[in-house]
Amino acid sequence: MGLDADASRTRMAVDTATVKRIAGLARIAITDEEAGRIAPELDNIMGWIEQLGEVDTSAVAPMTAVIPNMLRLRDDVVTDGGVREAVLANAPQAEHGFFAVPKVIE
Amino acid sequence: MSEYRIHGATGDWEVVIGLEVHAQVTSKAKLFSGAATAFGAEPNTQVSLVDAAMPGMLPVPNRECIRQAVRTGMAIDAAINKWSRFDRKNYFYADLPQGYQISQLYHPLVGEGRIEIALDDKNPDAGTKAIGVERIHVEQDAGKLMHDQHPTRSYVDLNRSGVALMEIVSKPDMRSPAEAGAYVRKLRTILRYVGSCDGNMEEGSMRADVNVSVRKPGDAFGTRTETKNVNSVRFVMQTIEYEAQRQVDVLESGGTIVQETRLFDPDKGVTRSMRSKEDAHDYRYFPDPDLLPLELDDAFLEECRASLPELPDAKRARYEGELGLSPYNAAVLTAEGETARWFEALLDAAGSTVTAKAAANWVISDLFGALNRIGKDIEASPVTPAQGGELLRLIADGTISNTLGKQVFEIMLETGEGAEAIVEARGLKQTSDTGAIEAEIAKVLAANADKVADYRGGKDKLFGFFVGQTMKAMAGKANPGVVNDLLKKALDQ
Repeated sequence: MGLDADASRTRMAVDTATVKRIAGLARIAITDEEAGRIAPELDNIMGWIEQLGEVDTSAVAPMTAVIPNMLRLRDDVVTDGGVREAVLANAPQAEHGFFAVPKVIE
Repeated sequence: MSEYRIHGATGDWEVVIGLEVHAQVTSKAKLFSGAATAFGAEPNTQVSLVDAAMPGMLPVPNRECIRQAVRTGMAIDAAINKWSRFDRKNYFYADLPQGYQISQLYHPLVGEGRIEIALDDKNPDAGTKAIGVERIHVEQDAGKLMHDQHPTRSYVDLNRSGVALMEIVSKPDMRSPAEAGAYVRKLRTILRYVGSCDGNMEEGSMRADVNVSVRKPGDAFGTRTETKNVNSVRFVMQTIEYEAQRQVDVLESGGTIVQETRLFDPDKGVTRSMRSKEDAHDYRYFPDPDLLPLELDDAFLEECRASLPELPDAKRARYEGELGLSPYNAAVLTAEGETARWFEALLDAAGSTVTAKAAANWVISDLFGALNRIGKDIEASPVTPAQGGELLRLIADGTISNTLGKQVFEIMLETGEGAEAIVEARGLKQTSDTGAIEAEIAKVLAANADKVADYRGGKDKLFGFFVGQTMKAMAGKANPGVVNDLLKKALDQ
């Protein structure tokens, strides 16, 4: 992989089990074959990201935005809503003004 | 309060409790959208395309929600973080259209604070205990699911989706159901004073996640369970009682406690495991790329601080110290902001002739008694503070006796008329007119010559009888002090 990371940093390898677990959490259906192909790809990417860790950034404040903007805040005024038709328009199923989904109950 | 212990077969167990209270922030619009937050609207009518998580919609924080969370933090002596950030908490559920909740994991808005609880509400001498607050962060509420409207479908209403919540996380500082109950009540009082949350648990404005573990006193913390969404003080206490006993039973029969999420069943008073959520704890938090860090300036913080009202603890101390009320009365009158406001308006209206003590006693016994009887809150009291003040003034200046005062109050409750008008119209004015009283005394003594002789022969106790007869003859309107004096004079001559 040509990765020259600091030997003291250990990185968990991205294996097929990890890929399947993350896919499961993200509700993405993948086959064993796909997981087998994706695992080394992701592992590679993680390796590249890990390389960034070689640079000492301990004295650098994290960059939170590429432009020096402050988070804009909004006044507490009702300016939206009342658009039920639009909200429900794309729902596979809507009844009596509700989204209707397969029964989920604990 | 004696220490709360579960008495197991292997000895006594201590209960350790931490609470995460979700309090809905009082605001007109949602945390990140301009849709309304009012309770009880038609389904999905208070939903913007942001709340429905339509692609490309961007969240913009509501300044008022941030302000209220900051004010709440200040009210519990907490550190306010001028730099905080929003994170995404990722999970999938039908009530969460975004597939993540915008919350604050790594950099919450409010840091450590504390809440002082009374160890026994009925006994102010029992002392107080400080419960640590770990943090308060701001986050979105989810939508509402209804499972009983259709045989195979669940219905989703997103009106609540995106409404601002404060999550107030306590330290594991509570040791009994009573302490946890006192903490929730005190927190509710503070939120209502501050005006950052209406504290309405029935409408879901406040819900608690209850963390419980048990240990032998002195041992390290045991493994805890978290019972989600408990929505009343009573249920919080029941959850702890049940869960602590269950854990002791498991441990004493050789089992181990699994760190898990549980649900409280209010009908049965038990908690049960939510097995389906086992995998859901990996929330893969990361900073929300749609939102820049939240940075607050000094002017904003100063305004937040300046806008805080006198808080319950300070008010109670002032009622005791400056007004001279008993600790119990001070605690009762400050427990709800509404009560304190009513009481202070009453004092203003009554004026300087009425003592704070007399006003406090009247509110707690007469007014509360009446409100209790007619089933109304103090906010809906048929008698206003101005009317109450007028009544107390009439009693204080001797225009009517205490006993007549109670009758006048009853008439005020029924008719809504003012105290003075009632006293005037019904001729209830107490008289100190010595001539009139002396005339009645003469009649009473003449009609009871035998008893007068007995009294003069040494039967002192008959004095009360003469007072009663005179007051009766005066239709209760004579000043009791004057009657006493004149009777003594007449009998002892």
